Amino acid sequence: MPAGVRPILELQEITKAFGGVEALRGVDFALSPGEIHGLVGENGAGKSTLMKIIAGVHSDFSGRFILDGRETRFRSVRDAHAAGIAMVHQELSVAPDLSVAENVFLGNQPTNRFGFVQWRRMAREAGEQLKRFGIDVDPMSRLGDLPIGLQQLIEIARVLFSGARIIILDEPTSALSPPEVERLFATLKRLRDEGTSIVFISHFIEDILRVSDVVTVFRNGRKVAETRAADTNKPALIEAMIGHGREALEETYTHDIMLPPPGEKPVVLNASGLSLARSLRDVSFDVRAGEVLGIYGFMGCGQLELARILFGKLKPDQGSLAIAGKQKAFRSTAGARRAGIAFVPESRRDMLFHQEPVYKNISISVLDRISSLLLKPSREREIASRQVEQLRIRPAAVDLDLGMLSGGNQQKVALAKWLSYPPRLLVLCEPTRGMDVGAKDDVIHIVRDLRAKGLAVIVLSTEPETVLSLADRIIVLKRGAVVREFSNERISKDRLLEAA
Amino acid sequence: MTSGESVTVPAPDRKRPHRLAVMLRSQMRNIAPFLTLICLFGFFAAASPSFATLDNLGNILTQISVTGIIAVGLTFVILCAEIDLSIAAIANVTGIAVAYFTLQESYVNIANVPMPGWAAILLALALCALLGLVNAFGLTVIGIPSFIMTLAMMQIAAGISALLVRGQIAYKVPPLVTTLGSTSIGGIPWIVIVAALMLLGGHLVLTYTRFGRYVYMVGGNREAAEYSGLNVKLILGSVMVISAVCAGIGGMLGVAHFGSAQQNEFDTYLLDSIAAVVVGGTSLFGGRGGIGNTIVGLFVLGVLNNGLDHVNIDSFLKILIRGLILLAALVINVYAQRLRERTAE
Repeated sequence: MPAGVRPILELQEITKAFGGVEALRGVDFALSPGEIHGLVGENGAGKSTLMKIIAGVHSDFSGRFILDGRETRFRSVRDAHAAGIAMVHQELSVAPDLSVAENVFLGNQPTNRFGFVQWRRMAREAGEQLKRFGIDVDPMSRLGDLPIGLQQLIEIARVLFSGARIIILDEPTSALSPPEVERLFATLKRLRDEGTSIVFISHFIEDILRVSDVVTVFRNGRKVAETRAADTNKPALIEAMIGHGREALEETYTHDIMLPPPGEKPVVLNASGLSLARSLRDVSFDVRAGEVLGIYGFMGCGQLELARILFGKLKPDQGSLAIAGKQKAFRSTAGARRAGIAFVPESRRDMLFHQEPVYKNISISVLDRISSLLLKPSREREIASRQVEQLRIRPAAVDLDLGMLSGGNQQKVALAKWLSYPPRLLVLCEPTRGMDVGAKDDVIHIVRDLRAKGLAVIVLSTEPETVLSLADRIIVLKRGAVVREFSNERISKDRLLEAA
Repeated sequence: MTSGESVTVPAPDRKRPHRLAVMLRSQMRNIAPFLTLICLFGFFAAASPSFATLDNLGNILTQISVTGIIAVGLTFVILCAEIDLSIAAIANVTGIAVAYFTLQESYVNIANVPMPGWAAILLALALCALLGLVNAFGLTVIGIPSFIMTLAMMQIAAGISALLVRGQIAYKVPPLVTTLGSTSIGGIPWIVIVAALMLLGGHLVLTYTRFGRYVYMVGGNREAAEYSGLNVKLILGSVMVISAVCAGIGGMLGVAHFGSAQQNEFDTYLLDSIAAVVVGGTSLFGGRGGIGNTIVGLFVLGVLNNGLDHVNIDSFLKILIRGLILLAALVINVYAQRLRERTAE
C-alpha cells in the first residue's frame, strides 16, 4: 500500500477484559482499503477478540473505533453487517438443512417486488459464484450432505461474495485441502485487487506470508509488531509471537523422518472390517501399547466417524473391535470409557462445560473412581490442580469458569480430564488444531510422555504436521478406506499428502 | 478463588469492583427470584393486616406442599434440559390408585380391589414408577422428545385414572397416607414436613452426590457429557423416573389432603410445578439452578396465590395476574442466561 492512504478502519487504544482477565490491552490497529492484513499470535494473544470487536460481536470495550474517518460503535453483528463488515468464524456456522444456494444467500435472498424469494435466480447466482470460487456443486442440494471441508468453503464463499468491503477470516484454512487453499488465496487476491480489505488470521505462517500485504503480530493482548509481509520472514514472526528464540519448535517436515519398526508390545485395540454407511469401508488396523498410531486424511475421509466408533458413540454397520484380544460391542460411550478408552473430539465445544469451573471439567471422567456415592470436591480440586500444573494450563485457577480460559488452554483441559487415571487407549481428534506453536509443543510432549508410560494412542488429523510430529506408524484414509500404511520407513509431508 | 490466580491477573485490587459486578451478574438467576419474593411479601404485608401472621405463614406452607413434592422431581428433569408434562396426570392416577386399592365406604360405587394399606401404597408407587419408566423408555430408547412423550403420558395416565374411578369419587386411603396427608404433629402439618424432607433430600442428592453432578453436567452440555463417557441415557431415564415417583407421592398425599380422589383433581398442579421451578430461576436450557431455586419459586407462587386472596381481588383477575408474573419470571430466566453467557465469553 502506498503510504498516506487513509485507513478504512482504525482502532485506537482498544482494551477488553473478560471477567477480570484482560484479553486486549491498549491495542492500535489500522486497515487500509484493498489490503490483505495477516494476523498472527499464540492462542489467547487477542487476535480473535479484536476481530470480534470489529465484527460487532463484542460491544463493550474501551477505546476508539473509527470507520471511514468517523468514530462509531457497533452494538451488534447486524450493525457491522450494515457497515459492510463480515466475518468467517473459526467454527463452522452454516444451516445444514438448507440448500447450498440458501446458505450462500443466507440473510439476503433475492426477492421479487412482492417479497417472494426468487428461487431460480438464487440457485443460478449461487452456482455461478461458487464456480468462480472453483466449487462445482448442485446449488439446490442439501448443504449438510456435503463433506465438511466443502461446507466450510461454502461458508467462506458466502462471506466473500456478500459484497462486504471488510472481510475477516479466522483460521479459514485449517479444514481445507491444499488445492482448496490455493483457490481461496486466488480469490482473496482478486477481491483485494477489486478494493476489498481482508483480515486473515492463521496459525500457518507460510500462508500468512504468502497472501498478506501487511502482517501484525499479537502477544499476550498487545500488538508487538506490524510490518510489510515482504520485509519479514517466518523465524522473525515466530520470534515476535513467542518473544524469544523458539523457532526450532516449528517443524515443517519437508525433510524425511524415519518411522520406527513396529514394537513387540501387546495389541491394545484391534479393529477389523469396520464399515459405516457411506463413511467407512472395511477399515482394519491395530494399535499396540506404547505406540502412537496416526490416522491421516483430508476432511470428510471418514476419520471423525471412525473415532466415534472407537468411543462407542456410533455403531458400525459391520466389523468388530477387540480390546486386549476380547471382542467388545459398546452400547454407549460409558461402556467405552469403562473398557479403558479415552476420547477427545475435534471440537472443544463438544467436549467441555463452559459454565462450570475448570476442576469439574477435569474430574468429570474420573468421578466414579474417586467417589462412589458422595462427591469429594477437595479430592477433585487436588486432582485438577495436579493436571493444571503438569499440563501448564493458564491461568492456574481450578475454580475459574472454563469459559474464561483461552482456546488452547481449554484444549488442554479436554485432555487433562482423561489423565488422572490414564486409560489404555487414548483417541485424539485434531489434538493441535488451532493451537499456537508453544501449546502444540506442550501437547506433543504430553503424548510422548503417555506413550512412554505404555498407553496406546490414536491421533486422527487432517493436518500432516500433527500426524508426522506424533505418530510411530501412520495409516492414510481416503473416502472411508485405508489406502496406505507407513511403518518402519522414511516419510515426509510430501509423501503423506501424495498418498491421501 | 485460589491464590494461584493473583499471579496471572494483573492488579487484582483495581479489578475488585469489576469482579463484584461480574459475580452479581452471574448470580442474577438466583438474586432476581429472591427479590421478587421479598417485593411480593412486602406488598401483601402492607396491603393486608391478616397476611403477615404466623397462622397465615402456616397456610402458605400447607398450600405449597403438594406442589413442592411434585416440583422436586421436576427440578431434576428441567436441570437436564428436558420437560415432564405428565406430572399432574401421574399424581392424579397414583392418588386414585392408592384409593382404588383401599376399602371404600359402601356408598362409593367403584369396583375397587381392597388390600392392606402397605400393599396399596406399594402398588401405587409401583404404578407411578412404571409410568416414569415408560417416559424414560420413550425418551432414551425410542428417542421421542420429552415434550411429546410426556404429553402422550399425560393422556395415558388420565385414561387410567378415568378407567379406575369411572366418574366416581373415592374417599378412603390407607391410614399412613391419611396421617401424612391430613394430620399435624406439634402444630405442623405432616404434609409440610414431608415436602420439606423431600426438598432437602433432592437438594442433597443434587449437590453432594455423583448422580447430582451428572445431572448438572448432562444439562450443561449433553454432547460433552457423552464424550466424557457418561451414560447420558441412563441419567435422563433416571430423572424421568424420579419425576414420576415424586409426582406419585405428591398425588397420594394430595388425595389425603383434599379428602377425595377423583378425575382431573390435579390439573392445576402441572402449571404450578413448572412455574415454581422456572420462577425460582432454574434454567429451562439446563445445567443451572437447583432445589434452592425451586423453594424460592414455590414461595413466590404461594405468597402470590395466598396474598391475592387476602387483598380480595376479583378471582378472575387472579388468573391473569398469575400469568403475568409467570411471564415476567420467564423473561428474567432468559435474560439471566444471556447475561451469564456474556460474562463467560
